[in-house]
Amino acid sequence: MNLRRDVFQAIADPTRRAILSLVASQSLTAGAIAANFDTARPTVSKHLQILTKCELLEQQQNGREIYYYINAKKMKEVADFIEPFRNMWDERFNKLETVMKKYKNK
Amino acid sequence: MEQKTKIDAQEDKQDLLITREFDLPVELLFKAYIEPEIVEQWMGTKVLKLESKKHGSYQIETKDTKGNVAFQASGVIHEFNPNQKIIRTFEMEHTPFGVQLEVYEFERLTADTSKLVMHVIYESVAQRDQVLKLPFAQGINWAHNRLEEIVSKLK
Repeated sequence: MNLRRDVFQAIADPTRRAILSLVASQSLTAGAIAANFDTARPTVSKHLQILTKCELLEQQQNGREIYYYINAKKMKEVADFIEPFRNMWDERFNKLETVMKKYKNK
Repeated sequence: MEQKTKIDAQEDKQDLLITREFDLPVELLFKAYIEPEIVEQWMGTKVLKLESKKHGSYQIETKDTKGNVAFQASGVIHEFNPNQKIIRTFEMEHTPFGVQLEVYEFERLTADTSKLVMHVIYESVAQRDQVLKLPFAQGINWAHNRLEEIVSKLK
C-alpha cells in the first residue's frame, strides 16, 4: 500500500472512518482498536499509520503502550473542505445578482 | 457581504443541493440563465452556443491570457419551463468528472425576491467528492504558486 498523505484519500476508506469514530470518544491502543475489526492486525496497523501520517490521529506514549487519539483541529479542517466550493458558488451568485440589478435599472 | 449560498452534501451520496435566495424577481433570475450575453457576464466565460429550449444544447469556453482554451463545458437541456424549472446535463470536457444532471428550480418568494434550488446528481459518489474538492485543491495550488513566485524572486 502506498502511504498517501492526502487527508481525503485517508477518510475515503470505510475502515479508516470507522477507526476515527472509535477514537473520537476515547484514546485507544492499536490492539484495542484492532479488536473492533475482523481485518488482520497488520492491516489495521497500516490504517493507523496512514491516519497518523496525515495528522488525523496523534500518538501518545503511556508507559509501554502507545495510545491513539484524534486530532480535532485537523478533523475540523476536513469538515470545512466544502467551504471553498460553497464560496465559489456564493461569489458566482453575487455576480449574477449584481449583473441582473444593473440590467433591471437599464 | 453575508454569504447566502447553502450547500447540502451528505456523506456517501452522489448528489448535492445548492440553495440561494436572490434580491431579484424570479423573471430576472431566470433570464440570467437563458440569455447568452448575460450568462457570459456572471459566469466569466464565453458562450459559444445556448439554445434555451427543450432538446436544446449549450457550449461554453474560457481562454487563458495566452488565448489557450482553459475550460470547456457543454450539455443538453431536457426540460425548459420558463421562470420555474430547467433540467440539463453538464459536462466539463477533457476532465475525469463525468456528466452531471442538474435540476434547477426557480421559485418566486415575493415580487422582488426569488430562490434557486440546484440539485446536482453525479455519476458516482467518488466523482461528486472530486468536484467538491476541486476549488479546495485549486486553492492549495494557488497558494503554492504564489509561494513559488515569492521564492523565485528571492533567488
